Amino acid sequence: MSIQVRFFASLRERVGHTRLSIESADIATARDVWQAVSASPLDEEMLVAINKAYASLDKAVSDGDEVAFFPPVTGG
Amino acid sequence: MRVEIRATAFDPWLEVAAFRRDHLAAGRIGASAVFVGTMRDFNEGDDVKSMVLEHYPGMTEQHLETMTQDAISKHHLSDALVIHRVGTILPADDIVLVAAFSAHRKEALIACREMMETLKSTAPFWKKESLASGERWVEKNTAG
Repeated sequence: MSIQVRFFASLRERVGHTRLSIESADIATARDVWQAVSASPLDEEMLVAINKAYASLDKAVSDGDEVAFFPPVTGG
Repeated sequence: MRVEIRATAFDPWLEVAAFRRDHLAAGRIGASAVFVGTMRDFNEGDDVKSMVLEHYPGMTEQHLETMTQDAISKHHLSDALVIHRVGTILPADDIVLVAAFSAHRKEALIACREMMETLKSTAPFWKKESLASGERWVEKNTAG
């Protein structure tokens, strides 16, 4: 499975990447995607989007999906 | 409906006037409820020199469009306008404009408030402040 991974704001700085592309047969959910890119668990307050829509960490991902991780939003 | 992410400074009052002139039928609108959010030069007890507003291109626009369309349907608005800045912002710059237009004031006022609260709590934007002592990410928005 091929997944495009994106990081924003403080999480981008912590991870050290804006985007990553991962290839793995062992990925089923957004949580698996996070575990493929980071050795530490994702902080509870962090948010996840799959194909630019909010999703839970347990949501299934499909080949070609874009999965984004980011901190709580602070716009407005 | 118009939703826009803007990378340069804008005048919200001129935007509202232009939108009313160009998109709303004269005589059909009885209420225009407008919220404008402006950058302060202080936050959490510190002087703030500037900040950078980041967004998630594609998702942010989509999110705001859905939010605005939902508000129009739910409150039977005549129309709505949302503009949000990104990039480098200086104190006194306007950051966000949310405007709701309807026949009567109740719907416009409620919708404007609801859209603004939804934007603050769910739209993918992040602020990084520049202080005399360095930079810091804003970790959460104020309650209201």
